[in-house]
Amino acid sequence: MSTSTEEVKYKANDFKSEAEPRWCPGCEDYAILKAVQTAMAKIGRPKNEHAVVSGIGCSSRFPYYMSTYGFHTIHGRPLPVATGLKVSNPELAVWVVTGDGDGISIGGNHLIHALRRNCDLNILLFNNRIYGLTKGQYSPTSTKGMVNKTAPYGTIEDPVDPVGLAVESGATFIAQTSASYVKELVDVLVEAYNHKGTSFVHIYQNCYIYNNGAFDGFTDREIRDDNNIKVEHGKPLVFGKELNKGLTMGYGKFDIVEFEAGNVPDSVLVYDETDPILVRMISDMKFPEHPVPMGIIKRVQAPTFEESVHSQIQTAKEKFKPDLKKLIGSGETWEVK
Amino acid sequence: MSVEKQINEVDTITVKFAGDSGDGIQLTGDQFGNTTAIAGNDFATFPDFPSEIRAPLGTTYGVSSYQIQFAAKDIYTPGDTPEVLVCFNPAALKVNLGIVNKGGLIIVNEDEFTDKNLKKAGFETNPLDPDDDTLRDYRVHKIKITTLTLESLSEMEMGHGDKLRCKNFLALGVVSWLFSRPLEPIENFLKSKFGKKPQILEANMKVLHAGFNICDTMEIFPIMYKVPPAKLEPGTYRNINGALATSYGLLAAAEKIKLPIVFSGYPITPASEILHTLAALKQFNVAAIQTEDEIAAVTMALGAAYGGSLGITGSSGPGLALKVEAINLAVMTELPLIIFDFMRSGISTGMPTKTEQGDLLMSLFGRPSDSHLIVLAPSSAQDCFWISVEAVRLATKYMTPVIVLSEGFLINSSEPWKIPNLDDIPEMESGFRTDPNGFLPYKRNKETLARDWVRIGTPGLEHTIGGLEKTNETGQITQDPENHDLMTRLRYEKTQKVANDIPELEIMGDKDADLLLVGWGSTLGSMRASMEAVASQGKKVAMINIRHLNPLPKNLGDILRSFKKVAVIELNLGHLNMLIRSKFLIDTAFLGRVTGQPIAVTEMIDFINKELETIKEH
Repeated sequence: MSTSTEEVKYKANDFKSEAEPRWCPGCEDYAILKAVQTAMAKIGRPKNEHAVVSGIGCSSRFPYYMSTYGFHTIHGRPLPVATGLKVSNPELAVWVVTGDGDGISIGGNHLIHALRRNCDLNILLFNNRIYGLTKGQYSPTSTKGMVNKTAPYGTIEDPVDPVGLAVESGATFIAQTSASYVKELVDVLVEAYNHKGTSFVHIYQNCYIYNNGAFDGFTDREIRDDNNIKVEHGKPLVFGKELNKGLTMGYGKFDIVEFEAGNVPDSVLVYDETDPILVRMISDMKFPEHPVPMGIIKRVQAPTFEESVHSQIQTAKEKFKPDLKKLIGSGETWEVK
Repeated sequence: MSVEKQINEVDTITVKFAGDSGDGIQLTGDQFGNTTAIAGNDFATFPDFPSEIRAPLGTTYGVSSYQIQFAAKDIYTPGDTPEVLVCFNPAALKVNLGIVNKGGLIIVNEDEFTDKNLKKAGFETNPLDPDDDTLRDYRVHKIKITTLTLESLSEMEMGHGDKLRCKNFLALGVVSWLFSRPLEPIENFLKSKFGKKPQILEANMKVLHAGFNICDTMEIFPIMYKVPPAKLEPGTYRNINGALATSYGLLAAAEKIKLPIVFSGYPITPASEILHTLAALKQFNVAAIQTEDEIAAVTMALGAAYGGSLGITGSSGPGLALKVEAINLAVMTELPLIIFDFMRSGISTGMPTKTEQGDLLMSLFGRPSDSHLIVLAPSSAQDCFWISVEAVRLATKYMTPVIVLSEGFLINSSEPWKIPNLDDIPEMESGFRTDPNGFLPYKRNKETLARDWVRIGTPGLEHTIGGLEKTNETGQITQDPENHDLMTRLRYEKTQKVANDIPELEIMGDKDADLLLVGWGSTLGSMRASMEAVASQGKKVAMINIRHLNPLPKNLGDILRSFKKVAVIELNLGHLNMLIRSKFLIDTAFLGRVTGQPIAVTEMIDFINKELETIKEH
């Protein structure tokens, strides 16, 4: 079904609908929209072969701004809808757009089960650590103590760690990036698409109105290189503006070592996205003690849910010829004359 | 040794097996039902069991039972009161004593009537004692079922527990003799079930024959019964219950419309049966998925319907409550989602294994806003097949969700079924749009008002749907006031159009009667039996059973107005009754019961006679 990329070149604008986005000025959802459209152009499949399924929330308006197939569902439920769609139409590229409220709070149960089920879905979780569409209540990822409409004295709950949740749920592809890192985001989205199985992409996304600057501590241009670490399979875990810091194996956690730029010591670990221990340790890192990991944190191969569903159907067909007349007339029968 | 026995030929009889949940009562009943079918009788069954899987032994609340009425003529119910009761323990006797016909036959497993068991069952004296009056009005036959089972297996090297597990087949042997039944169908069943476990097969065979032979040689019963075959319409028959009929109907519909099925469900009593059945029939292009919760079950089915498959889910009351928001998304996006609700006794968790018809008003009106969809209800176990086909036909033709209000009672009860010729079922069209010219996602078919179904992935038809209100035809989201009014009316009118596409109601009984009985769902059987019983006394009664509950059949109003008196009968406190009164502005009489059981025919007959009296008085 897929059209050869040599024949057709797509532009990001080919995936843009005529509807004008209605997000607030300054919202980083615009950047993610552009990145998804750019990634789809790079992927090189026609728009009819993509479907974008969303829940409820600011981010979930996403499908209206795409020229692909789209389904704006109900709060918390885009994942099972997308799973049903993918099982029904396995040839489609199915994208799920959800947020911290939609995906982790009201739809949290579905997230756990979608991640362990490994249906070939690309889940984009926009995390702005706030409820935006309902005007500023705390979300399950809001930092403890944050003051907002429903917590005038500060929130008293510890936040969920989305990447940790994904690791624990057995996701086969986990990436983390920021809406402000457009190029990296596009690359991650293309890799998420290429991964066969559930891809979980956690995207830090600034809400300009209700939680502005939530991620400045590690995404601000001036300081981000010292507070992010780019994780890349087969590359040493090195970070810092001068690339003069690295991660070494400590007691149950990473130690940070400093060195002269360009002279990476052997003790600095080389990242392996398939190594469960490294994956766990990277996802366990807490900012600001450790830098925030950006990039593809985990990627392993496993059979997808829809493949397994259809292969069981195939096996059943080989074992039992699907003969409905025979089935209905099976068991003890008798003739009445 | 065998002596000539007196054979008593009767045209209808009701038998009930009762014992502990772990005694194999349901299996015994099923097997007896099977031999009944093969004997050519018409029959109806009523399996009734507690929600506990293995309730504490010997307790009254742990009693499981299986009632079957079989006859040489057409019958419609599993019978009110058994003429024969087979009790595996004192608790089973305690629970059922009140309902056995005076003069009826009670067979008890004497071994279980110990002081401890009698106390557990709440008997202060042993009803089997010769000077005890409890069973004075009955013909009691004491059989040491446990002892005889162990004795007949004394030479077999197997565990005591395994031996005891065979005792239900001893009882089955006894009952087979009593009703002049051959053992062959039961033997065939044992061979197919235990073919790979020769020891268990041999043990059960021995015990079965032992049960049969002791009746032959020991003269336990002075008479045998024989119920001659019923005069059924010619054809090939099988035994069917509602669970299988529902599943087979879905497979037949899928074959006719040439679409795969995605059935997603979450375990819930009694709806799980359908998921079990379909999960074992994957070869018919069925993706049967057990989901993490009820909401995932309905939304996964909805995603599949959006994709272009038959998206189907099933549940019972508590699950239906959780699915409501997603069903409304299906109403809003106009997708052919099919929802089975196997109604059980509520409210809340209620009595999960017991039956009721309490979800009608919820299905019709229990969603936020002006939300309308098609509601259907099967009237018998075999009708579950046809209702499945109808649900698929209407959902896909009108692009709307359909709720099928089935019942716990129908899932489990079985009856003889003349196997239909699948070639007689008309082909159906998915009608997928492929032409991009002039395509608009909410442009409607003039006749049905249905929008186009698009298989997601089709080139040139890309569009977005969702729960937000959309502009008529274009589907662009909008909050325009007049557009919302228009769309709300269009969605309503679409479901009303279905009335032009469903069969008109047929009056059963005497069309010249003054009294019309109105029911829906499983009450068909007991209402018909009651009506015929009253008619046999020379009185005139008519009845209808409504299978299409929304929209209602077009001739319902005319029928209702053509009778002097209308009486509604249902297993709730007046759902259909309220609907009929408010929609047709007529007065009605009402009989509603929520005991978790079908309404007894005797109770209905009393009600009908009372209503006939009031008509006379006026």
